[in-house]
Amino acid sequence: MNVPRPRLGVFKFASCDGCQLSILDCEDEILAVADRVEIAYFLEATRRPLEGGFDVSLVEGSISSPEQIDQIKDVRERSKFIVAIGACANGGGIQGLRNFISIEESIAAVYANPSYVKTLEKSRPIADFITVDLELQGCPINKYQLLNVIAQMLVGAKPRVPDHAVCLDCKRRNIVCVVVSQGKACMGPVTSTGCEALCPAHDRGCFACYGPSHQPNTAALASRFESIGVPSDQIRRFFHAFYSTSQEFVAEGLRHV
Amino acid sequence: MNSSAGIAPTGETVVIEKPVLGAIIDRLWRDGYTVVGPTLAESAIVIDQVRAIDDLPIGWTDEQEAGMYRLRRREDRAYFGYAVGPHSWKQYLFPPKTTLYSIEFHADAMTVKPNVDPVPSYAFLGVRSCDLHAIEIQDRVFLHGPYVDRHYQARREKALIIAVHCAVAASTCFCASMGTGPRSVRGFDLALTELEGEFLVEIATPRGAAICDGIPSRAATGYELGAAARIVDKTRDSMKRSLNTNGLPDLLYQNLEHPRWDQVAERCLSCTNCTMVCPTCFCHALEDVPALDGASSEKIRQWDSCFNPDHAHMAGGNNRPDIRSRYRQWLTHKLASWVDQYGVSGCVGCGRCVTWCPVGIDITEEAAAIRGDQQ
Repeated sequence: MNVPRPRLGVFKFASCDGCQLSILDCEDEILAVADRVEIAYFLEATRRPLEGGFDVSLVEGSISSPEQIDQIKDVRERSKFIVAIGACANGGGIQGLRNFISIEESIAAVYANPSYVKTLEKSRPIADFITVDLELQGCPINKYQLLNVIAQMLVGAKPRVPDHAVCLDCKRRNIVCVVVSQGKACMGPVTSTGCEALCPAHDRGCFACYGPSHQPNTAALASRFESIGVPSDQIRRFFHAFYSTSQEFVAEGLRHV
Repeated sequence: MNSSAGIAPTGETVVIEKPVLGAIIDRLWRDGYTVVGPTLAESAIVIDQVRAIDDLPIGWTDEQEAGMYRLRRREDRAYFGYAVGPHSWKQYLFPPKTTLYSIEFHADAMTVKPNVDPVPSYAFLGVRSCDLHAIEIQDRVFLHGPYVDRHYQARREKALIIAVHCAVAASTCFCASMGTGPRSVRGFDLALTELEGEFLVEIATPRGAAICDGIPSRAATGYELGAAARIVDKTRDSMKRSLNTNGLPDLLYQNLEHPRWDQVAERCLSCTNCTMVCPTCFCHALEDVPALDGASSEKIRQWDSCFNPDHAHMAGGNNRPDIRSRYRQWLTHKLASWVDQYGVSGCVGCGRCVTWCPVGIDITEEAAAIRGDQQ
């Protein structure tokens, strides 16, 4: 098939680099796309300087400091299509926990001498600053989901990223429900798919690291958590851990203090 | 009858010592069957490969309630002393994920290759009456309509079915009220009733008879036949839940704006669990999965659900935009429009949707609330 070789850029903001590592973890699969995509900028993997424009940019991380606002706007201007990857880029990430307390409080807790710390008051998702064309959720993202998006874009199809509840994947994989069979707290019923039910497959409840599913009924699940004896502050943490920018999750968490 | 004397005739009922079931399992594997049946895994009795008789959950049972399932030890060593678990035979006849065909792209053409991978010959061991009815319903969906599903057909035609008459009912069971159990009446090759030290074996088909050929057995006595009947009667009498099906389709159609739909929508997670564990739900999604090198693409079919908002998404939006409309769609399809569509109710009273709902929504309670029954 004669498809022009698109230029791909990978950019990082406030993050742990885990999503970029998921890309590097595509060792075998990346060879299949190597001659179909030009990886033009990816500091974690190559030293090529930032030059020119990009057909597709993958953006990891939240916007957490003032200079990152200018940088993300520059990425937008250089890019035709932006995919924000991961919980940080789309939901504020773990560092978004600071959004629930005052910035002075969190700086004082971390730095002995905070005079040189320049930071925004809140850790915010990419979409607060620029138009994002596609969001891939997760902490970290699922490499197969990313590869599938790239494959779909290369054949000219609209990338499809489902956002149904994790439960559907548990059942497709014949995983026995940990809520029903063991009384464990699991965020699966309100959490977006993408991970292929990784935690329940290892006999653990879901931690909601892919953020809210479409129309999550958070109140019904929280009420179930209460009835199986999950302490109130733990219910709050379930909803606030990764996606501090989700209105549904934040509001539900605040009902459990 | 002395068994070594050849194939037991169809329609006969014989008695085998319990450990002899192991010889039947061996025979099935030797004859090329993949034997699947109840076995312990994780924290439930699931359906998986049964290599030997010890793979059965001997001495285990289950305690079930709305939204709750727990494994428990029995005081005896019963082989089938439990009700249905989270899996059904749907996993094997209509697998969660199937490649329908693949497409190879060439310079000026493309080749479509149907998936003709060989499918296993399954022997289903321990199928309950509710699930026999569920298989019959999926037959109507996949085989008896204007289009035959080749993938289902290949698996279904090869499957050998060994039923078990239920000796216990979970609190979530309500097959008696649906007319679908607990006695298995058709759709099996062999049917077992578990007595104290023996199994009563009903031989229903030549295929079932062939499996019993050479297996040590004797003719059942009148006393044993009576004892077996009493076991199933007792199970029926112990069933706590029921669903009143009298005029149910019309009742539901006349109550599409009943306030109960709003109430259940407040509790419902729209998580899809009820539809996934339902042995008759057949909704699925089709997806094109292109290969990374761009040389080919696969058409994948996966289980999907009317509770997945994406499932009803089409040009112009989602015609079931909230949980209320999705729950109402499921319940009215299962209990009402299913009858218009396939001539039978879509519910077989297995109770899985009740047990495996993470918040314990009970289909019998919801239907009763619409009817105005006091529960």
